[in-house]
Amino acid sequence: MSMPSDVVLETQRTLTMVEALREALVEEMRRDERVILLGEDIGVPGGFGGAFTVTLGLEQEFGHDRVLDTPISEAAIAGVAAGAAMGGLIPVADVQYGDFLFIAMDQLANQAAKMRYMSGGQITVPMVFRAPVGATTRGAQHGQSLESFLMHVPGLKVACPSNPYDGKGLLKTAIRDPNPVIFFEHKLLYGSKGARKEAGGLQLITHVPAEEYLIPFGKARIVHQGTRATIVASLLMVHKSMQASKLLRDEGIDVEVIDIRTLVPLDQETIFASVRKTGRLVIAEEDNLTGGWGAEVAAIVADACLGYLEAPIRRVAAPNTPVPFAPVMENYYVPSAEKIITAVRSVL
Amino acid sequence: MHLGNLLEGMLPAVAIVGGAIPLASGLGLAMKYRKTGNIVACFFGDGATNIGSFHEGVNIAAIWDLPVVFVCENNRYGASTAIERVTRVAHLSDRAAAYGIPGFTVDGNDVEAVLEATSEAAERAHNGKGPTFLELETYRFCGHSRSDPGHYRPKEEVQYWKKRDPIVRYETFCLAEGLLSAKEIDELKKSVEEQLDQAVAFAEASPSPHPEDCLNDVYAV
Repeated sequence: MSMPSDVVLETQRTLTMVEALREALVEEMRRDERVILLGEDIGVPGGFGGAFTVTLGLEQEFGHDRVLDTPISEAAIAGVAAGAAMGGLIPVADVQYGDFLFIAMDQLANQAAKMRYMSGGQITVPMVFRAPVGATTRGAQHGQSLESFLMHVPGLKVACPSNPYDGKGLLKTAIRDPNPVIFFEHKLLYGSKGARKEAGGLQLITHVPAEEYLIPFGKARIVHQGTRATIVASLLMVHKSMQASKLLRDEGIDVEVIDIRTLVPLDQETIFASVRKTGRLVIAEEDNLTGGWGAEVAAIVADACLGYLEAPIRRVAAPNTPVPFAPVMENYYVPSAEKIITAVRSVL
Repeated sequence: MHLGNLLEGMLPAVAIVGGAIPLASGLGLAMKYRKTGNIVACFFGDGATNIGSFHEGVNIAAIWDLPVVFVCENNRYGASTAIERVTRVAHLSDRAAAYGIPGFTVDGNDVEAVLEATSEAAERAHNGKGPTFLELETYRFCGHSRSDPGHYRPKEEVQYWKKRDPIVRYETFCLAEGLLSAKEIDELKKSVEEQLDQAVAFAEASPSPHPEDCLNDVYAV
């Protein structure tokens, strides 16, 4: 299996995250007619294919029986997806902004996540729920990162791709998983083009093979190998951590950067092996600090690798406030490469 | 708590009020898409008609003509709260108009009336005509739970409804119509009681699960 790389060869086929996710949907819908899409502002002729164009034009190939535009009813989107999954379909549902997951939480956390358990394993709920996250000058109710909330619910799986290559491979795996998967996409990583182009988005394209590939859940990726400290990150923070690692490399400090890829299941072994090698751990997450997934990673590392740690574990996260609206405040709020560098220096 | 019998097409009961309504619409979507010829019957109480999942779930079944029958058993109380205290419409079936679907209020303690209304609703669902909302007016003779003596209900009201016990009424109907003899009714009652006794005996004789089995069935593999 080829891997994403910072270096894209001229001869290689490249895609943005939006294009890679769309390709995953198309491939899976062609492969299996049980796969349907439902979400807000999808499948509308002349519309925009969901908030970030991922589903643009798919109704032309698959028709309105398989690309279902829903009312603004997040509880029903999640509940209908769960019910349809129980009834033999594989729904890929989406909301415009991850913040709206709070409206859908009963259906996700009480129904979809627990139906298998409550039925003694007789019912499965093979659904995917896509949700854009990340602070992008939209403020407190359109810019949150909800991975930690969903990670806490037994019965749900949580994926969070940081690049187009992973986006395609992980989304295809999510669709084939027999469990409900919450699939987080970062708005600044979409690389969308045209009218829906995201201000401040990364110019992110990676090699994405046209042929089929799957990326298994629970396998983190070592984005950069290093020996002095380990940085564990997800989504946008992978890129900020790579910026930090490049700047540190200029000073001769080589840090290892791990992209967590899926929070549930969590690839403990890759993290443990890295910490046993470097003896130092910094965790970079975009959400506010308290009760975040970084606390979980810190706890399991303290439990399993205490004897290898040569410094306290540091978490780089947002302050415990809602996401602020003013761009200068948001810039202060979202963890930066500089803050990650400061944290790394503090453990060296 | 989550009783179900998948062999009979009965899903585990959902213990969040109204929580099964969007699931029912989703099951209806799967049946329609897969052309299985099945329909969904979704049961809930009067209290569920004031929760958002009711509105969202019924609306989506309406706009997509899903084969679902929404059956509201209006027993007049959500736990201890009388429906009049929390709902302004005269009949809960009035709400069907808001979704553009047929809605009917039916004497829920009249077996024949319930059969007729549900048959019509099921036929509509089978014929691609979308969902129906049925309000079955009924009552509970006991409290909401084991610890509830039901003191919030007027004695006259309880008496009024006890005289309308659906089982007694149907017995009377069957006798009057010559559908069943008194002897047959007695035999039927005995056989039901026997089944119940056997079920209780089976449950009591069954061993408790292994504690560590609580770790199973969280994820499918």
